[in-house]
Amino acid sequence: MQLALIALVPLLGALLPPLAMRAGRNVCTVVTAGVTLAALAVLVAAAPAVLRGETVRAGTDWVPQLGLSFRFMLDGLGLFFAGLILGIGLLIIVYARSYLARSEPAGRFFAYLLLFQGAMTGIVISDNVLLLVVFWELTSLSSFLLIGWWSQAPEGRQGARMALIVTGGGGLLLMAGMLLLGQAAGSYELSVILTRGDIVRASPLYIPILLLVLGGAFTKSAQFPFHFWLPHAMAAPTPVSAYLHSATMVKAGVFLLARLWPVLSGTEAWFVVVSTTGLVTMLVGAWIALFKTDLKAILAYSTVSQLGLMTMLLGFGTPEATVACLFHILNHATFKAALFMGAGIVDHETGTRDIRRLGGLVRLMPVTAALSLVAAAAMAGVPLLNGFVSKEMMLAAAYDTHWAGLPWLVPVGATLASLLSVAYAARYGFGVFLGRRRQPAPAAHDPPAAMWAPVAVLVVPVIAIGVAPQLLAGPLVAVAAGSTIAAGSAIPVDLALWHGVNPALLMSVTALVGGVALLAIWAGLDRLRARIGAPDAKALFDRGIDATVAAARATIGALHTESLPRYLAVILATTVAVGTAGFLSGTYAPGTRALLPVGPPSLVAFLALAAASLAVVVVHGRRLLTLVLTGVVGLMVSLAFLKLSAPDLALTQITVEVVTTILMLLALNLLPKRTPLETGRLRRLRDAAIAGAAGLGTAGLAYAVMTRDLATTISDFHIAQAKPGGGGTNVVNVTLVDFRGFDTFGEIIVLCIAALVIVAMLETALRGAAARRLDQLRRSPLAADVHPLVLVVVTRLLLPLALTVGVYIFLRGHNQPGGGFVAGLVVAIALIMQYIASGYGWAADRRRFDAHVLLGAGVLLAGATGLGALLFGRPFLTSAFGHFDLPLVGDVELATAMLFDAGVFLTVVGTVVLSLARIARVEQRVERGTAARSSTAAHNGAARSGAGEA
Amino acid sequence: MEILIAASIGFLTMAGVYLVLRRHSYPMIVGTAFLSYAVNLFLFAMGRLTLDRPPLVDPAAPGYTDPLPQALVLTAIVISFGMTALIVVLALRGFLETGSDRLDGGPPHEPEAPGADRAGGPA
Repeated sequence: MQLALIALVPLLGALLPPLAMRAGRNVCTVVTAGVTLAALAVLVAAAPAVLRGETVRAGTDWVPQLGLSFRFMLDGLGLFFAGLILGIGLLIIVYARSYLARSEPAGRFFAYLLLFQGAMTGIVISDNVLLLVVFWELTSLSSFLLIGWWSQAPEGRQGARMALIVTGGGGLLLMAGMLLLGQAAGSYELSVILTRGDIVRASPLYIPILLLVLGGAFTKSAQFPFHFWLPHAMAAPTPVSAYLHSATMVKAGVFLLARLWPVLSGTEAWFVVVSTTGLVTMLVGAWIALFKTDLKAILAYSTVSQLGLMTMLLGFGTPEATVACLFHILNHATFKAALFMGAGIVDHETGTRDIRRLGGLVRLMPVTAALSLVAAAAMAGVPLLNGFVSKEMMLAAAYDTHWAGLPWLVPVGATLASLLSVAYAARYGFGVFLGRRRQPAPAAHDPPAAMWAPVAVLVVPVIAIGVAPQLLAGPLVAVAAGSTIAAGSAIPVDLALWHGVNPALLMSVTALVGGVALLAIWAGLDRLRARIGAPDAKALFDRGIDATVAAARATIGALHTESLPRYLAVILATTVAVGTAGFLSGTYAPGTRALLPVGPPSLVAFLALAAASLAVVVVHGRRLLTLVLTGVVGLMVSLAFLKLSAPDLALTQITVEVVTTILMLLALNLLPKRTPLETGRLRRLRDAAIAGAAGLGTAGLAYAVMTRDLATTISDFHIAQAKPGGGGTNVVNVTLVDFRGFDTFGEIIVLCIAALVIVAMLETALRGAAARRLDQLRRSPLAADVHPLVLVVVTRLLLPLALTVGVYIFLRGHNQPGGGFVAGLVVAIALIMQYIASGYGWAADRRRFDAHVLLGAGVLLAGATGLGALLFGRPFLTSAFGHFDLPLVGDVELATAMLFDAGVFLTVVGTVVLSLARIARVEQRVERGTAARSSTAAHNGAARSGAGEA
Repeated sequence: MEILIAASIGFLTMAGVYLVLRRHSYPMIVGTAFLSYAVNLFLFAMGRLTLDRPPLVDPAAPGYTDPLPQALVLTAIVISFGMTALIVVLALRGFLETGSDRLDGGPPHEPEAPGADRAGGPA
């Protein structure tokens, strides 16, 4: 598991900088650097084995069913990249300490930076391709956070969004590609996939895999035509540009191409797509870079161009080209990061990044100028610097490449791109540091050593590798190339400064001389470029985004009409259609189960139910009548339960019926009393058709099931075990509190939540617009007597009786019809009747309990009973029971399930009382308002009549 | 008896579906109540119909009906009460907040002619 630490240390370490920031910026920087150093130490500890040619593996399964594992592997390529990421990361952290303004939250910045660092190292050491995709998207996210660091600037926000859309979208392509790749190769482990290149290339999925993976790689590595996001990402602080957008993250695409090189390369499709894209990117990037005026934009486009170079090399598909690519990755990371940090220093000291306003800085800041000039020369490919060596290898590889039967195309393109890169590098060097001093910036001077030291550290290898490439970079490139090309076995690598006079050298010289010459005619070229014109990528992108947003709005606008009836009509019609299709495509044979006889009472009840159902459809405009009809239906359903051997259901249904009716009455008091009839015959016909079809369907389905015999079910077990296992003879109750107690536990929690939501909604109804409307409502003139004396007396007399009945129903519930639910409802009805008969105020004053407490106590009691079983080493909600001989009462059976049922009881009482009492409280306001107004009206009337008499 | 129960389920579903497709909150609530009846009966019927054999363990009993659908339906009845209470309050609050009990975003309830049995009316 040690290997995972290379990625996990920075990821988890990202929590530390914001904390360390309390102790100051220096401590914060040290802590951040310490985290990176720790990861680096783990990497170094694993390095010897890798350099010997071994592959270090570690990890564990994650979701094996999905092929997702948490496995890492470190081979030469991984070591090469991880070393770059962590090494340059360390320098960037030191540099950022001085770069960030004192007022900026450096802790957060370092946290993002470490997040990126961990994600990026995760990419290069993942063994599982799905894990790799996870890290891949994490880098896109952290890049988004860092580009938008200065979120007050619109460029920062837009650049961040654009980068996220392009690279995040590419990440989705990559994910699809990786899923297909895993399918084709039969494994999601890279170490397995790498050995199955032949299978993958022969698979019919090869072309989709290739295109999807390339989609991910090209967007990340800013390849044409996805290159446009990178320059806009330059809105980020310069340390970020140096780190993410030149040295590491943009190379993730190149890394991926190298990683999958043994699997995907070697085909015509690979060669054509990858090398062409690389070549075009190289030329386009270099051409644009030549004419940019912002230092960071020049460097950004040059990065695009250099990434194109690397892609092209991998596209060639030869070992020599791949070695050149890896070597150039190393070189580019060093000189480009140095250049970016140099540009940051210039910006920091002079306050501008516009090359037109800069010049002659070598006299003001000699150290920075010297370092930047060396790096720029390396970028141009000047001999004795590392850029020269790898660029010459690139030219040699290009010279050997025939593209579509044209032997000259790639060499000429590569030379031309090199020539352009010489030109833009020279323009950069001359324009900023040499030449005439243009901007009066007398205060500009070299920054403190902490800021230029990281640049110097990078310039050292630029020179050293340039002088002795084989000695210093040879072994690392060899082991990286070995694991890229030959699955571990090292391949001979010869990095030399001098290969004799060969075509590559001639191309190199042409590029150097031509590049300088090109700079001489730069002004003319600039005019030419202005005349040619080019599509503005950002404008195109913005237009694309706007069109997408408009399309999304249109779709949402069409679907999301805020009309509940329309949604329901669509849902119901679809359900009916699916059911009809199912019925028509199947076969039907009548059932064989004998029908039960029908007595006259059943027939009468059925007729009442049917009549009420039909009537409610017709008269639903009259709401009170509708409620009465609903009550009739509820009563008939209770009777049906009673008739069909379900006494518990009948009891529950009838009590719930009462509570529901009270609830609806309370609500109707405030709602309009009539529903206006809906116009639109067509609409009513449509609804009637849906309703009729649905009714016919359910009736037919129910009939079909009921006329067939039931196979053996778990119910037989429940019946057999009710007494010996659950200690009760009422199987339904035992099922509720014991066999399926967990269900019941969930149910009472749902009840609790419903009650609390009701409280929340009504609590706030007494303020704001709702309260004003309440004040305008009048009590119905029909309710002349608010608290009729008869009702008051009867309910008060009934209260103790109802409570007794409730307790009785509760106690007998385990063995006879009854139980917590019914008992709770009965008690709740008795209590609610007090509110209705005597008024909210009267009842609330006399209430000795808090309904909230009842709710909580109920759930807690039920839960604690269940947990109690755990204490005895039994599963949650196991019940126990025993017989006790109580004096006078006799033998009493007590079961822990009773305690659970008591919890149910309390919750039901709490829910009903709480919700209904809250509605009653809202009504009270109307009542008071009416009373107040009627007294005022009476007063006014008296005054008026008095005036009339006078 | 099976025919009666099946027909009852059909009638209840029909009324419920028709009512939930109305444009005002109150019929919609009543519609869900009807659908609850229908669904509860339907679930209950899945245990098949039996006369005079309640699931109360008794050595003298000739047999029992299926207790499991009953247990499921029992909690369903209570839960549908909770749900009804919730949407009633939701509708109530919506009406108090906006002055409209329309569900399709249409114009609010037209004022009714005086004399209708409606709360309020001109003072």
